[in-house]
Amino acid sequence: MITKEATEVTPVPVPVPGAPDRRPSRQKRAWDEAPRWQIYLPLGIYLVFTLVPFYWILLFALRPAGSTSLVPWPMTFEHFEKVWNERDFAVYFQNSVLTGVATLLLTTGVALAGGYALARFDFRIKRGFMLALLCTQFVPGALLLVPLFQIFAELKMINSLGSVIIAETVFQLPLSMILISGFIRNVPYSLEEAAWVDGCNRLTAFRIVVLPLLRPGLIAVGSFAFVHAWNHFLFALMFLSDQTKQTIPVGLNTLMSADSVDLGALAAGGIIAAVPVVLVFAFIQKWLITGFSAGAVKG
Amino acid sequence: MAQAAAVAKPPAPPRRRRASATPRRLPYLLIAPAALLMLGFIAYPVISVFYYSLQNYNPTKPWRNGYAGFDNFVHAFTDDPQFWDTLTFSAQWVFVEVGLQLLFGLALALIVNQTFVGRSLGRALVFSPWAVSGVLTSAIWVLLYNSQTGITRYLADMGVGEYGTSWLSDTSTVFPAAIVADLWRGVPFFAILILADLQSVSKDLYEAAEVDGASRIKQFWHITLPHLKDAIVLSTLLRAVWEFNNVDLLYTLTGGGPAGETTTLPLYIANTSVDAHNFGYASALTTVAFVILLFCSMVYLRLSKFGGGDK
Repeated sequence: MITKEATEVTPVPVPVPGAPDRRPSRQKRAWDEAPRWQIYLPLGIYLVFTLVPFYWILLFALRPAGSTSLVPWPMTFEHFEKVWNERDFAVYFQNSVLTGVATLLLTTGVALAGGYALARFDFRIKRGFMLALLCTQFVPGALLLVPLFQIFAELKMINSLGSVIIAETVFQLPLSMILISGFIRNVPYSLEEAAWVDGCNRLTAFRIVVLPLLRPGLIAVGSFAFVHAWNHFLFALMFLSDQTKQTIPVGLNTLMSADSVDLGALAAGGIIAAVPVVLVFAFIQKWLITGFSAGAVKG
Repeated sequence: MAQAAAVAKPPAPPRRRRASATPRRLPYLLIAPAALLMLGFIAYPVISVFYYSLQNYNPTKPWRNGYAGFDNFVHAFTDDPQFWDTLTFSAQWVFVEVGLQLLFGLALALIVNQTFVGRSLGRALVFSPWAVSGVLTSAIWVLLYNSQTGITRYLADMGVGEYGTSWLSDTSTVFPAAIVADLWRGVPFFAILILADLQSVSKDLYEAAEVDGASRIKQFWHITLPHLKDAIVLSTLLRAVWEFNNVDLLYTLTGGGPAGETTTLPLYIANTSVDAHNFGYASALTTVAFVILLFCSMVYLRLSKFGGGDK
């Protein structure tokens, strides 16, 4: 498979890389023009590594139980029905959507306010606050389980999705805020000032001038928050004891640790878990890269 | 004296008109929600972990609870071989995992940064595992590694490995097996961050280098790599911390087994607190983990001279 792909795409003869470039006719040669096989061969190999696991889970989800065929034919949806109805994935799915969306909204809103302050103002505790944001990156959420559990017990939030939403939001906030303040810094301040001169107040100026320009960044941050909340496992496992309150990753873990692992159900559950995230990424892929290159690492 | 003050302070220029009436208080109001959340749900828990690390605290053995001084720490370092085992495994795990992720991630980013036919599809496909969660990664690799119907069976037919063994329950194969599973998801993360930064390299630099006859390899060493340095430093650090702290994958993939072979320190802490209810000791272990993380991060940032240049 790999070799076939590689031979298909290597017909163009290319000069030895490193040899002095003597092609005055093509002055505008793209700097990054590598020999084709140097792109397609490693990419092909990596693609196999990436895709085989996906294929495998599809295979298990779609072929009948007990089959060892390497193609999912005849196709069956029995595993999906079983997982969705008998294994409560319909309920888990709802809970996960709720958690994900709430975390997204809360994180983006709070981080937008904080990020604006960090990008546009100089205030006394700014440096300390930035430092605190960085420090939180070293605080392992998993290690704070016990005190967090106690806090949520005190707040009577154990066994309610609220606890998971808050925990996910808090651990998403620092990075989101750093990212957003980076994006805002990329929007020229003079644009805002011009809007003030035209009679806008700060909020309106922000809304009509800055916010539209922030869209790629906000999409990146929001999708990040959603995906994290959707995927994260430990908080839900620990804070939600009632099975009807659980989220999808916990449901998957239950399937995995069952005494006799039902591989078909596990595969179907995994696909249900993956679908929303895959959709989100397919939709935002373009903004994600620009969003990150705009402000991410440079902050 | 009064005159000096007058000289030092020329009449203030007419204040620039501000749109907002309270710019002085505004930034504090804006960061307040974030600050409160972080105080309540990160700072306070951290402090309480430090507090409990000095206590005997076990809800199932209340008669022994109370101030313990540094007993928990002494116990960890002197007579808990499991602590050392998990610490060594954590170090191995982070080192191998992050090193390989950086290597492959950089290569992948350089490849998909080229212009070629089918680039956006190629990018979307190779980046896709990044979106997959730890638990889902485990689920997928449990299917792949299954001794009866997994890909291991087909590989055994081809002479790779033995028929009927599960790579995850064999002490000699569990480490590489877990590493590969985590690489599958981790490499795209690095590649995305590095790619984002690659795209901001000015093409003029390469054109100039081209004119001067610099080879592609030289261009990589002298233009690309220096430009990527900050991104690499930051993403490696974040990833190392993340790989150290992440419990999802190993908890669900191996459960720390076989025979505790893949128990990281955080996993050990989770077991100590949640299963064994030994909160005091778990808190002490957590404190040790903090200190290690903090120390390693500082050393790393210092060695890489990150942020030394600006301001």
